[in-house]
Amino acid sequence: MLRDITLGQYYPADSVIHRLDPRVKLFGTLVYLVTLFLTDNFIGYLLALLFLAVTVTVSKVPVSFILRGLKAVMVLLLFSVVLNLFMTKGEVVFSIWKISVTKEGIYIAAFMAIRILFLIMGSSIMTLTTTPNNLTDGLEKGLGFLKIFRVPVHEIAMMMSIALRFIPILMEETDKIMKAQMARGADFESKKLTKKVKALIPLLVPLFVSAFRRANDLATAMEARCYRGGKGRTKMKPLVYKKRDALAYLIIFGYLAAVILIKIYF
Amino acid sequence: MSILVNHLTYKYNPGTPMESVALNDVSFEIGDGEFIGLIGHTGSGKSTLVQHLNGILKPTEGSVYYNGRDVFDGDYDLKELRSHVGLVFQYPEHQLFESDVFKDVCFGPLNLGLSKKEAELRAYKALKLVGIEDDFFYQSPFDLSGGQKRRVAIAGVLAMEPDVLVLDEPTAGLDPRGRDDLLDSLKTVQAETGCTVVLVSHSMEDVARYADRILVMNNGTIVYDDKPVSVFRHYDKLKEMGLGVPEITGAMYRLRAAGFNVSTDVITVDDAVNEIMAAMGHA
Repeated sequence: MLRDITLGQYYPADSVIHRLDPRVKLFGTLVYLVTLFLTDNFIGYLLALLFLAVTVTVSKVPVSFILRGLKAVMVLLLFSVVLNLFMTKGEVVFSIWKISVTKEGIYIAAFMAIRILFLIMGSSIMTLTTTPNNLTDGLEKGLGFLKIFRVPVHEIAMMMSIALRFIPILMEETDKIMKAQMARGADFESKKLTKKVKALIPLLVPLFVSAFRRANDLATAMEARCYRGGKGRTKMKPLVYKKRDALAYLIIFGYLAAVILIKIYF
Repeated sequence: MSILVNHLTYKYNPGTPMESVALNDVSFEIGDGEFIGLIGHTGSGKSTLVQHLNGILKPTEGSVYYNGRDVFDGDYDLKELRSHVGLVFQYPEHQLFESDVFKDVCFGPLNLGLSKKEAELRAYKALKLVGIEDDFFYQSPFDLSGGQKRRVAIAGVLAMEPDVLVLDEPTAGLDPRGRDDLLDSLKTVQAETGCTVVLVSHSMEDVARYADRILVMNNGTIVYDDKPVSVFRHYDKLKEMGLGVPEITGAMYRLRAAGFNVSTDVITVDDAVNEIMAAMGHA
């Protein structure tokens, strides 16, 4: 049920990808997303697939785990494919009643599907191989230059890491409260909408109360440890680039160059 | 015979790398009107076990019978089962949600489909049973003290007038006074309603004084199922499990080890006093 959500989930394994500096992974993901939208022919997508396949293999994350994350976007995927397939004007391949499928439509639908699939898989590889803590560290350091523009980068990163940390806690809490109310005869399986909404009150009120209580406790605990925000704060494990990170940057730039070349010459 | 647990096995996340066996082939019977103490270390499977008693968790293998009927049969109405077997979860005060105490206690009986009048009558009786005074009835449950919240939450289950009342660590986080008050009122509840009580705890002290029978759990299995005095005879084994025996029983064991001719089948301070007096020839 609630446990099926793979958003932001981490898959523990010992691989080069896991050990890479989070900044490299963030940058790599960004580059990958850009190349997906740069590419407009199948050779380019073949290269993108190759890049993805190699990364997944090296990361030691089971392919089934990555594919599971795709379930959530299936509806979106179908929607965009169907829309593009039937709504694009051009050379008609075949038509049924008033709906006609065009050559251009097939092309665009295929590109769209590939883009969405690669997009999800590419970004989930990053979250699957990076712990939430590392990810926010990477974001904080990688976006550090924004501080010049008075953007509170540290605070934003801290909020993000707290939010990520609380997802599993609140899910567990929801599960507990649901069980407790079921023991008092609450019915969460009713089909009627009005009943369904009404059944949420005994779940949502305690959940909100507990979220606030936890937030309050956390704030107290942080204050007790003299937390004052990002200024002058040092890290226990500061991010330092290693040789493999430099190599990874080279590979990423090589891939970007290849995609651009393919776009120009094919 | 009211509840029969038959070769119950429960696995969390079955078929995944995270699989773990919480209960392993557990069987026992709960008779009508018993006061049972279910004891075990953190992670021994107590909470998982009691969630099967009212059908919140479904067993991986095995079955649970209530009054002779298999509750996981498919055509058994679990909602009805939950009106017979009331389960009070750990930290039950976290489930309070209504705008006042009285309404919150009415939630359970109303879910049973009772009339408003009947529900209110039951809520009133339940609140009285756990010792909540009329002054608190129309306050927000969130304004009460920790111990009072806990009582209101327990009243919320009591108001459904279950035949079996299961409480999962009801005294966790209460001070000694609050703990004694709560356990005393449980005994009163049982005396007045005649219901069966299953008290889950990891404290031998709590259980020894009130239970007629103790079930000891360790690593997902039931190790002992006997009268308190007999269970405490396994002094060394219980210590190994990190459970121990009540302080006073332990003291008697030490006296005996020191050469005094006293019986170790003692679970209350009064009995201990008598036993020591007798041993010293002051009987």
